[in-house]
Amino acid sequence: MIEFRLPSLGAEMDEGTLLKWHVKPGDAVKRGQVVAVVDTSKAAVDVEIWQDGVMAEWRVQPGEKVPVGTVLATLLAPGEVAAPAAATAPAAVPQSVPAAPPPALPRVPESETTPVAARLAVSPSARRRARELGIDPDGVRGTGPHGSVTLADIEAAVAAHSAALPVAAAPDRQAEMRKAIAVTMSRSKREIPHYYLSEPIPMARALAWLLQRNEGLPITERILPAVLQLKAVAAALQRVPQLNGFYRDGAFQLSPAVHAGVAISLRGGGLVAPAIHDVGAKPLEQLMRELADLVRRARAGSLRSSEMSDPTITITNLGDQGVETVFGVIYPPQVALVGFGRVAPGPWVQEGAVRALPLVTATLAADHRVSDGHQGALFLAELRDLLQQPQALAERVTPAPGQGGQAGGAT
Amino acid sequence: MSHDRPALGRIVLDILRSIAPEVEPAAIDPDRPLRHQVDLDSMDWLNFLVALHERLGVTIAEADYAQLVTLDNVLDYLLARLGREDA
Repeated sequence: MIEFRLPSLGAEMDEGTLLKWHVKPGDAVKRGQVVAVVDTSKAAVDVEIWQDGVMAEWRVQPGEKVPVGTVLATLLAPGEVAAPAAATAPAAVPQSVPAAPPPALPRVPESETTPVAARLAVSPSARRRARELGIDPDGVRGTGPHGSVTLADIEAAVAAHSAALPVAAAPDRQAEMRKAIAVTMSRSKREIPHYYLSEPIPMARALAWLLQRNEGLPITERILPAVLQLKAVAAALQRVPQLNGFYRDGAFQLSPAVHAGVAISLRGGGLVAPAIHDVGAKPLEQLMRELADLVRRARAGSLRSSEMSDPTITITNLGDQGVETVFGVIYPPQVALVGFGRVAPGPWVQEGAVRALPLVTATLAADHRVSDGHQGALFLAELRDLLQQPQALAERVTPAPGQGGQAGGAT
Repeated sequence: MSHDRPALGRIVLDILRSIAPEVEPAAIDPDRPLRHQVDLDSMDWLNFLVALHERLGVTIAEADYAQLVTLDNVLDYLLARLGREDA
């Protein structure tokens, strides 16, 4: 028996409202498949499942708001045979908080066989369906011969139940999101001893390389400077892995792969920072496609649970708004945030002469519990060097970096 | 395919609204930089150009991006391109 639980879709999330099931009892599911839509305070998120199996029972109905970790559904593992209803785990009703309490569905009584006499009044198909849905058929009013409960009666009872639930309540998304950001950022400022570093990076070579690369390509295949920056961050993290991972329960957990949370502002206010996975392992073309897709889906409100739950570092680019320097607030439980300002001509001293060059200011906000300024400085220096060799950077498609090397020992 | 300027202006504003739904077309000053009036980041801007390309069949070279600052700039650029392709 697989228990499918509500995942945490961000540090600020402690509950979510199930909006919709994409699979019903009896349906086979595959690892990575989107099986449900859950509303967090920030967005409606497509929730994936990470095991193959067959949906056995919905434990939470659309419209119910439940805490993170609640069992949303149970599934049968491949090869597993459905246990008799009486032996299944208790269909514990989680603390649902609907606006108006819906008529309670009779649940299957826990470890207690249904009286044999009552079985006669329920058709076999109705009983099977009732078991799938996790309701007690003996509590449903029958309209069949001699008042027996038919399949239609079961379906009608469930439909009436669902109809009574509040519809996908999206009260004031703006206010909710502001509240969520307030909670997360307050926690960050309260708990994380931030330190900040800043470094101007010449962008002449990177821009020239991009212009040449993009020339003659259809507009849909052109790459934005932000993608090159994203790639450079992932590559620089290989050198300084202490900035990539999570700080949890008083200890740092280094992440071998870079899942870059990209801060995306939403029209009308607020922001989300969903992840692009394994940035170091992907070529620029793919990163560009994924970034475009992520921005589009973030704004359309169709992000996936894996994107919301596991960024290992956040990258924010405020250059489009014309700002020069970003001083970031780390998104817990991450331990660093990299910021980029606008790319604009500025004075640069080279071989004793001042020249005007396109520059970008890269900043690092990092967690002093995990790294020191020295490592942060190494990171920014590496980032600067990588952006001076755009061709080499573009060709650098590495599998997720291992745990070895310089990961340990730093104080 | 021929385009007069007002008709083309409507198409461009239409596309702009598909990317930034809050835009009030009447409030756009055609002489002021578009990205100062409408909140467009580089991804939005790219999507705007992609949509122009798809809708009008005009290819906009990356080297030309710098010319496209105001709404009037965009219309001038498109009209020149469309005219040339008609000929």
